[in-house]
Amino acid sequence: MDDALVFHRFQFAFTIIYHYLFPQLTMGLALLIVVMKARGLGQDGERWNDAARFWIRIFGINFAVGVVTGIPMEFQFGTNWARFSRYAGGVIGQTLAMEGLFGFFLESSFLSLLVWGERRLSRVGHFLAAVALFVGSWVSGYFIIVTNAFMHRPVGHGVAADGTLRIVDFQAFVLNPWALVQYAHTMVAAVVTGAFVMAAVGAYYTLTGRHQPIARLFLRLGVVAGLVATVFVAVTGDRQAKLVAAHQPVALAAMEGHFESGPHAGLVIIGQPNVAERRLDNPVVIPWVLSFLAYGTFHADVQGLDAFPPDVWPDNIELLYYAFHIMAGLGTILTAIALFAVLLAWRGRLEANRPMLWIIMLAFPLPYVANTIGWMTAELGRQPWLVYGLFRTAQGSSPTVHSGTVLFTLMGFCGLYLALGILFLFLIGREIAHGPGPLGPVARAGVEGAHV
Amino acid sequence: MFELWFAIAALMFAMYVALDGFDLGAGILSPFVARTDSERRQVLAAIGPYWDGNEVWLLAGGGALFLAFPRVLSSGISGFYFAIVLLLWCLLGRGIAIEFRSHVTDSLWRAAWDFVFAAASTLLAVFLGAAFGNLMRGVPLDRDGWFALPLFTNFSAREPVGILDWYTILTGFFALLALAGHGALFLAWKTDGPVHERSRRMALRLWISVAVLWPVVTAASHAVNPALFPGMGRRWLAVLAVVLAVGGIALVFVRLSRGRGLGAFLGSGAFLLGIIGASAASYFPVMLRATGGDALSITAYTGGGDEAGLRTALRWFLVGLPLALAYLVVVFRLHRGKAVAAREGEGY
Repeated sequence: MDDALVFHRFQFAFTIIYHYLFPQLTMGLALLIVVMKARGLGQDGERWNDAARFWIRIFGINFAVGVVTGIPMEFQFGTNWARFSRYAGGVIGQTLAMEGLFGFFLESSFLSLLVWGERRLSRVGHFLAAVALFVGSWVSGYFIIVTNAFMHRPVGHGVAADGTLRIVDFQAFVLNPWALVQYAHTMVAAVVTGAFVMAAVGAYYTLTGRHQPIARLFLRLGVVAGLVATVFVAVTGDRQAKLVAAHQPVALAAMEGHFESGPHAGLVIIGQPNVAERRLDNPVVIPWVLSFLAYGTFHADVQGLDAFPPDVWPDNIELLYYAFHIMAGLGTILTAIALFAVLLAWRGRLEANRPMLWIIMLAFPLPYVANTIGWMTAELGRQPWLVYGLFRTAQGSSPTVHSGTVLFTLMGFCGLYLALGILFLFLIGREIAHGPGPLGPVARAGVEGAHV
Repeated sequence: MFELWFAIAALMFAMYVALDGFDLGAGILSPFVARTDSERRQVLAAIGPYWDGNEVWLLAGGGALFLAFPRVLSSGISGFYFAIVLLLWCLLGRGIAIEFRSHVTDSLWRAAWDFVFAAASTLLAVFLGAAFGNLMRGVPLDRDGWFALPLFTNFSAREPVGILDWYTILTGFFALLALAGHGALFLAWKTDGPVHERSRRMALRLWISVAVLWPVVTAASHAVNPALFPGMGRRWLAVLAVVLAVGGIALVFVRLSRGRGLGAFLGSGAFLLGIIGASAASYFPVMLRATGGDALSITAYTGGGDEAGLRTALRWFLVGLPLALAYLVVVFRLHRGKAVAAREGEGY
């Protein structure tokens, strides 16, 4: 692997991981904001509208960073992965363009009406703006997942005379079973992030005794949504793993550190993959369970890495293995936290249980880590392919861009994103310190509906 | 089908320039037309609801190019690698400046973001113009359809070419004037008070410069690309676009002198759509002109993907485009009337 390819990969990985810290919150929050605004339409809706207003401000800041870090992602297909774009553009260009046309236009048109338009719109109008942002962001999520799913499991395509890919069956491409499962898994995982962040802020206010009635809404909505979402993450993750077993068996073997093929394969809980010796050091294994999880029967034969030639092995087995195990471990921990919190809330004891509030307050980074490392599992498992089984990553980079140029722009992105991260944390910190509040009383009267 | 998608891609980019052009122009002019904090906030309130949606036209245009002409997109974007990354950094700084500026009341914080907003808007306008110039002049495509351009060479617009030469600097400067003029007319339409007065005065000066420079740029384009204009009269779309551009700039002067804000703004939009449309229609079927001879150029027929796929794409595109336009109308209607500076703690 030459230097340029390493830098191309590193730049894409760094910018996409950084970017996805923001959409995972906004996609999750978008759903929760719709829930709050819907409650705000009813009798006694004012407290729900106050709650929603705070989260809409957090949403706005996150959305802005998500937009500006998302634009480079679209362009990097062309700047850094030009040979891949030439090869697959006729197929993945479709969904990338659809993402813009059906997702981004909707989101971007109504963003400022959601964030700053509460005075300008009626209650129903503002609720509809929240719905527009929810639909727009979840639609754009779908099209980008279809694009990614094609790279994992290419369907609906054919090969043109010049060797590039073309669409043959559009419906099969857009309704790729891989995309449906991956979309469900990704979106509920985004709701986990939104729910845990909301609960963490509620816990923080409760621990410091501030914003009391509203903090309770944050906490309760957060833990309930967190529990529902973590359970769905586990269910959809299981479906996803079965797809990996069926279509990327070598990736599954690497994720599990499963070096030798055979029936009754065990599920590895802990252990260190030793690729040089082709074994797992210090393993703790639950016998037979991997066979069951992957294929639904304890006797199933699970192929190990030994069943595949090394040139189709994922190129960083150790990282893939740890990423997968940390994701699964964090998923379990988050489900347990949400479950205990909901049980306490059900008995009315959550607000008084300070250790639990501390745990909820400090747990908010975990879903970010789990989302990030889950994506790393998927994309490291896809290696060494850009389009699985068809086109290798090493074939995809731009031919005329030199390694020094990419290293320079990579360093530029690192510096800019560091500054952006500091600014972001500063503004979010101010919003949380300020806390939720009512819409100013002066302008409220007579404004409702005045412009609509 | 390739002809149609060429037109669609050109339309998307022309819409991008006509729409994002007004908020870029507002950014270029903001230090001159808005002096106090409340005036700056008035400018931001005017463009705040639109800038993000306007940028989506660039992404959607890129998407149309990607799906219909993968060879053009991959060569073009990777060949301008460094310039594209600089563009991305400008877009990033500018978006953050608009969104973050008014969150904090500190005057230095705001002054710093005002500078980023104006500087990034200026650079982006020059960049867009220079990119247009590079397309017209051509790039050193090799046999496999790849190229890489240095930032500049000897500024001669002949081999060996660089991104910046006398011609592309001229087109960049022209774009700066035209987009600033477009932004001035938008602000003159959407604001009142001192910002409105200053924008009107700026608009008149800028559009006189545009009108003077337009023939110069046209002559220069003919000098660097003699193939561009001779066949133009036989292409009805090109003629139509020229009429649109001439009508647009006439409308700018007529309406501006009578103080009709919206008419003048629509005139400048028509001018931008017209000059881009006329250039695209004359450039066709070339999509990336090679400096090393026409045989190396990538055209709509050699740069295109698969025709059946384009027919499929047309179906969803014809659903999506009216939706995008409908959102635009809704947002303009909901924000009708003059823009006023938002209260502290709210708005842009």
